[in-house]
Amino acid sequence: MPRDPAGLVRSRPQPAISIDYAGSTLPALPGQSIAAALWAAGVLSWRTTRDGRRPRGAFCGIGVCFDCLITVNGRPNQRACLVPARDGDTVTPQEGHGRADLAR
Amino acid sequence: MKQTVDVIVIGAGIVGAACAYYAARAGLTVAVVDRAGPVAGTTGAGEGNLLVSDKSPGPELDLALLSTGLWRDLAAQLPQGIEYEAKGGVVVAADETQWAALRSAAARQAAAGVTTREVPAQRLRDLEPHLAPGLAGAVHYPQDAQVQPALAASRLLHAAIGSGAVLHPGEPVTQVVVTPRGRIDGVRTPRRELRSPAVVNAAGPWSARIAELAGTTLPVMPRRGFVLVTEPLPRVVRHKVYAAAYLADVTSDSAALHTSPVIEGTPAGPVLIGSSRERTGFDRSLSTAALRRMALDATALFPVLAEVSVLRAYHGFRPYLPDHLPAIGPDPRVPGLHHACGHEGAGIGLAPGTGLLLAQALRGEEPAVDLAPFRPDRFPTPSPPA
Repeated sequence: MPRDPAGLVRSRPQPAISIDYAGSTLPALPGQSIAAALWAAGVLSWRTTRDGRRPRGAFCGIGVCFDCLITVNGRPNQRACLVPARDGDTVTPQEGHGRADLAR
Repeated sequence: MKQTVDVIVIGAGIVGAACAYYAARAGLTVAVVDRAGPVAGTTGAGEGNLLVSDKSPGPELDLALLSTGLWRDLAAQLPQGIEYEAKGGVVVAADETQWAALRSAAARQAAAGVTTREVPAQRLRDLEPHLAPGLAGAVHYPQDAQVQPALAASRLLHAAIGSGAVLHPGEPVTQVVVTPRGRIDGVRTPRRELRSPAVVNAAGPWSARIAELAGTTLPVMPRRGFVLVTEPLPRVVRHKVYAAAYLADVTSDSAALHTSPVIEGTPAGPVLIGSSRERTGFDRSLSTAALRRMALDATALFPVLAEVSVLRAYHGFRPYLPDHLPAIGPDPRVPGLHHACGHEGAGIGLAPGTGLLLAQALRGEEPAVDLAPFRPDRFPTPSPPA
């Protein structure tokens, strides 16, 4: 049995839920943050910076650094490390400030 | 340790920096003393407004027009950027009464040399696509501009230092030295004594204290203001946009809280939301009442902002004088003492004109703008307590 964190603490999670990330369906455990679900699926980067479009993902993992910003159900700038995944969430990689829709 | 210079500038904010810059470039030896450091006070808490739009014809508008031209020159001359943007201002009227008053005010400004363009209600969205519907009209002021105030003051100081000025940060003035015959002789700080026949009081809202140290009075009082900073956005606000009601707030004498929306984008992305005014002394506590009102005012003008997060707020103290005009020039009550303070919320905009006029006064030249309306001794001397 792989020594994953859930196994190490002998957790017995509820059945997985699913979220939509960039068009593909990913599993998430109830209570898992969006960042954790993305990491578990091998996705390490989901935002590009405003200047230079450099890749960003979870850095501090505790809600302080704001590096992991992501668009959840159309709302940009959510901290993926703090927002729990909910069944049926649509999670979208974010470009820059995530507010391109406001440019007119 | 004693050093002698031609002029000592007290205060390393934007006004002190501009005074040092123009004095040093005029060939004077300059020392700048600040109790903290560059832009540690009001300059570091401002928005960087260079406005002609909010000024009625008269001495302050003359100074603003002079300064507007000087800022344009400085933006071209200073070797590094100050985020100068000639973005223009847009003053919006909420209803027909405000619109009529705004148009007649603009006509008077136009007669005094300000460029104004009336924008009827149906054209407002061409200028600012996100403005709320139902506004009566606006006046566009293309001469309004913006700088990043901390950068601008730092670059001016840097250029002054390049011309020989010396900066002494972290040194509060503990004494203004006056000769037995009542003339300025220098200042003392905890670390040094500086000798000079001229001292410039550019201490912003703390200028009353410096005047007192020099043995005279100047009724500068702090007028607190907050600014909200949003998350970074694309250019949703193109100009400096403010409500016509702002003009009444600026000129009010009330100590109570006044708010009126002043909204603008920045090159870095965040939108800055002002403005509030209240006289509460040097109280640094956060007023949620002020912040809530400013946010409501802003979303009424730009409904799109209702969906946007505010990341932080900051506040500072404007140096307020009772007649809303700065004190600029020599103080006849204490020979050698000069003032460059009391610009209230217009200090960034008026700084270069102030610095230039003061440098001219220090060299005994005829100032480019008549300093009489800015005389520091124009206020009644407070009677001693009975």
